[in-house]
Amino acid sequence: MSEVALVEHRADPPRVPDAAWTGEPSGNLLRRHLRAAIFHRLCQGATFVGVAFLAVLLVQVVIEGWSFLDLDLLTSLPSRKADKMGIKASVVGTLWVISFTALFSVPIGIAAAVYLEEYARKGRLSTIIQVNISNLAGVPSIVYGILGLVVFVRALQMGHSILAGAFTLSLLILPVIIIASREAIRAVPSSVRLAAFALGATRWQTVRSHVLPAALPGILTGVILAVSRAIGEAAPLIILGVPIYHSMIPSAPTDDFTVLPLQIYEMAKRPQAEFHQVAAAAIVVLLTVLLLMNATAILIRHRWERRVI
Amino acid sequence: MAGSRSRNDVSHADVGFDRDFAGIHDLFTRFGYQGGVHRIEEESESKMTFQSRCIALAVGLATSLASTGCPAENGAGGPASADALEGKVQIDGSSTVYPITEAVAEEFRAPQPKIALSIGISGTGGGFKKFVLGETDINDASRTIKDSEAEKCRAAGIEFIEIPVAYDGLSVVVNKDADWLDTITVAELNAIWKPESTVTKWSDVRDGWPDVELKLYGPGVDSGTFDYFTEAINGKSQRCRSDFTQSEDDNVLVQGVAGDRYALGFFGFAYYAENKDKIKLLKVDGGTGTGVAPSEKTINDGTYAPLSRPLFIYVSKKAADRPEVVAFVDFYLANAAELSADVGYVALPEKAYELAKTRFEKRITGSVFAHVEAGRDLLEVLGAGLAN
Repeated sequence: MSEVALVEHRADPPRVPDAAWTGEPSGNLLRRHLRAAIFHRLCQGATFVGVAFLAVLLVQVVIEGWSFLDLDLLTSLPSRKADKMGIKASVVGTLWVISFTALFSVPIGIAAAVYLEEYARKGRLSTIIQVNISNLAGVPSIVYGILGLVVFVRALQMGHSILAGAFTLSLLILPVIIIASREAIRAVPSSVRLAAFALGATRWQTVRSHVLPAALPGILTGVILAVSRAIGEAAPLIILGVPIYHSMIPSAPTDDFTVLPLQIYEMAKRPQAEFHQVAAAAIVVLLTVLLLMNATAILIRHRWERRVI
Repeated sequence: MAGSRSRNDVSHADVGFDRDFAGIHDLFTRFGYQGGVHRIEEESESKMTFQSRCIALAVGLATSLASTGCPAENGAGGPASADALEGKVQIDGSSTVYPITEAVAEEFRAPQPKIALSIGISGTGGGFKKFVLGETDINDASRTIKDSEAEKCRAAGIEFIEIPVAYDGLSVVVNKDADWLDTITVAELNAIWKPESTVTKWSDVRDGWPDVELKLYGPGVDSGTFDYFTEAINGKSQRCRSDFTQSEDDNVLVQGVAGDRYALGFFGFAYYAENKDKIKLLKVDGGTGTGVAPSEKTINDGTYAPLSRPLFIYVSKKAADRPEVVAFVDFYLANAAELSADVGYVALPEKAYELAKTRFEKRITGSVFAHVEAGRDLLEVLGAGLAN
């Protein structure tokens, strides 16, 4: 209760008189409350800086791309004429590659986190693994592109296929998923586990029925962040040699493909101003795809939150 | 690359988009949406929950993408002609040449809907690295092949056919308000851009020009544009002073010059043509005593020298055994004149395309342009190449 009361009052004058109460609040007390008020406003300002920039960006992109934002954009293949330009191939390519990326990275990432939190003995080895994963999360994405080119495209002969792209992006986002999942699993109170063990549940039963459902909201937050990062990546795919233009819509995981960020990048570099507008329209589509995927994850999260707690 | 994988790439196109959609549905169910798609169909008239509405939106987006307009790409748009080919053509290389190749690929979809074409933009040099490994059939190049690259091709047993496809006129530009000059000589450009240049102010270049600091803008040193400019102006590719503002995106250079009264920059003609109201184009005097401004006419007839540069495609001779590659290159040469103009470049003289076609038909390999000084007459070079 006391915390709530403090939050409620914030910078208001104190109700409880201090030791030297003379009817007027002391200078010291006023100063402390002034500082508290300043801190409050600073944090509020910091929040709005981010939101304001995002809003300006969104509004600007939507305004710039508005005239090209129609169904033709979504259903046509690329053209040299801005008004006939289409992003169908790259939207389908993005959906394919991001679906497979999630398919590979989410189960592996969660399984790794479960192992590290629930099974692995705490010791030097697990510390080394932990430090490595944290470092991998900070490696520039282009490095993963080089790795993918050498391992998937060349050594494993996958070519510029959707699989090669998805494997590369999976490696890129795995550390993020593992770290977020570990945090979420660690946040599940140990009393939950102990209660399950006390009733004779095995470790697998405990993890499946209690720990994972309770940790799922946190895990999904990590997955959203990770997949959002993967969907916007262009650099590692350029290194892989993923083409900007592909005349066929991909229809199998072994097909060649292209993705939206690559096409946006190319259009933005063109001399013609109309192409910059088409690029803006494509950015709106990319953001929409991203928001739809995130909304899906948030809906799953909601459902599980209600079921568990 | 195509040969190394044992699948038929083109057959997928006939299957259509059911599989595409199935893949996405599969993913949804794996994520815990049991029967989400059926529910949408059944509930479409009754009240939909917010949740299923969102799934409907996502699935709807996917299906609309998958179903609409697909006949055109799969060849149902027109009766497939008897000589419709199947196969795959892999192209990579210069982002400068990309718009032309993409325009050709766009038109090529109608006569040859079953040839899968992919075009990357790894840059001229990056593209040649893949070309040497046999990963690509054609490399777009905004400069001629370097000796080191040609040597690697030889070592790897890759022979190439060099084909010029269009002209670009490198444009030297200044700010709209730079009223003290209209013409600049190649010697003055050399004085400004050479590595040991002492020019810092406009007045250092020519007497009477303002005693104000000169700001320089140019494309990134990895670009073919930079290679060609330095070769034409400073005598050797990559020889250049380094204290200038660089950008890989020429639009940034346009902005820079447009916003600074004392700026000077250079980039491809298309970037000037699209920004005529923002920047001022300089005439370049190549030593004849009169300045020539780049335009379609002066670039095409070779009077804008030495800053007119040919753009190339390099076709692997081995790939030229495949009918789909031959069909694409033939189509390229037949349409390059019109399509290059469409995307902001300048067509070669008609005769040049004929000579290039002969060159390709005879499969004459090697580079005839590599050691030709910048600005020499293209027809002469091509003709000499054929005579040998």
